Amino acid sequence: MVKEFSTIPFGPQHPVLPEPVHLDLILDDETVVGAVPNIGFIHRGLEKLVETKDFKEYVYVAERVCGICSFGHGMGYCECLENIMNIEVPRRGNYLRTIWMEMSRVHSHLLWLGLLADALGFESLFMESWKLREQILDMFDATTGGRVIFSVNCVGGVLKDMDQSMLNNILNTVNDMEKEIRPVTETFLNDYTVGTRLHGLGVLTADEAKVMGAVGPMLRASGVSYDARKTGYAAYGELDLEPVIDTDGDSFARCRVRINELFQSFDLIRQAIGKIPEGDISVPVKGNPEGEHFMRIEQPRGEAIYYVKANGTKYIDRFRLRTPTTSNIPPMVELIKGCQLADVALLILTIDPCISCTER
Amino acid sequence: MEFLNTIEEISMDKFMQEVIRFKMEGWHVIQICAVRVDGGYELSYSFGRDYDMRTLRLKVAEDETVPSITQVFHTAYLQENEAAELFGVKIENIDLDFKGKLYRISRETPFKEKG
Repeated sequence: MVKEFSTIPFGPQHPVLPEPVHLDLILDDETVVGAVPNIGFIHRGLEKLVETKDFKEYVYVAERVCGICSFGHGMGYCECLENIMNIEVPRRGNYLRTIWMEMSRVHSHLLWLGLLADALGFESLFMESWKLREQILDMFDATTGGRVIFSVNCVGGVLKDMDQSMLNNILNTVNDMEKEIRPVTETFLNDYTVGTRLHGLGVLTADEAKVMGAVGPMLRASGVSYDARKTGYAAYGELDLEPVIDTDGDSFARCRVRINELFQSFDLIRQAIGKIPEGDISVPVKGNPEGEHFMRIEQPRGEAIYYVKANGTKYIDRFRLRTPTTSNIPPMVELIKGCQLADVALLILTIDPCISCTER
Repeated sequence: MEFLNTIEEISMDKFMQEVIRFKMEGWHVIQICAVRVDGGYELSYSFGRDYDMRTLRLKVAEDETVPSITQVFHTAYLQENEAAELFGVKIENIDLDFKGKLYRISRETPFKEKG
């Protein structure tokens, strides 16, 4: 007897998906035996704009690639140019970038935790997670004037400084948040319902994660100790930092890694505020860039690759951004094979997909 | 922390051989980037192992066909499809070939012409 498989479309609109992703799922009864990903619903061609915008202005385009990873995109683009032009960013500028980058990580991970709780039908946990996230957004507002797009990166450093009272304010918020987040994260880690849905779901071994090129919490949850911040960009080279890893490789491990990274980010913000030196926040940039550079930045969702090729004029030949989601979609597709149809949405969520970034 | 971040030019005849060697030595694909240059394209294939990153730079003429590396690194299919669709790079035998339908865009190869 020949087995009959069903193919069903999943997405692009789905209650669990904040952004459009489509999958053709091939099912044997309720078990997924194959999946073909399909993206491309919101491609905007932002990389192309680099050819017609002054390289200093393009920072504002780069950070509009995505509303969650905004700060890192602006920074990654600037770091590429600073490497090409041999610009040394003042240490204070690098520390400020690090503080904002870690605030972005807290903001992104809390957003993801809220989405996870929502996907599980745990509405009060969703609201608690997003309520806490508001405090970080308020800090962004107070320090940059924006809650989503910050426009504080520039080639050569940053555009806004923080005075001591502002730094103290951040420190107090971080300390308070850490206390408030603890019971919320304990619920994620100890609640029976959360555990039953996530334990053993979508297991990715360390070897598979490496071979398939997984990045970020997805990679580290499989026991691979890799975090691009260890390469020492911005002020990370001067801070104590060890990658947060887990060994189970399942969906629960990916959740646990993100939770532990929240506390790591609080620690890094405290370290950075404790060590931030006095001085300038940027240096003037003269001339036009000529050359090329690949830069790796650890975005909240994983390592992003930035590439700039410049030709000596104010217009750049090519800006390329390889986002964490681009790297995590192929392993996600492999994880889906063998799972139950009801778990597909949750598995997609555990890679924390960002389609805006992927379709920049 | 010391780590590699190099760009190495490679000719077409040695390209696949080198890709296979990367695979055998435990590297994985980090990114694939196409750049439009006079008369053709510059393709950069970056591979990672631990904190090291090495990029192979392949120069191809406009009508030249490039072998897909998805036979060796399956997970490169999204990025190869992107290079083919946005720039018009001719890549043959992509494991999962979207045939120009990865992105729902109204213009063909929008990144091919500059400006």
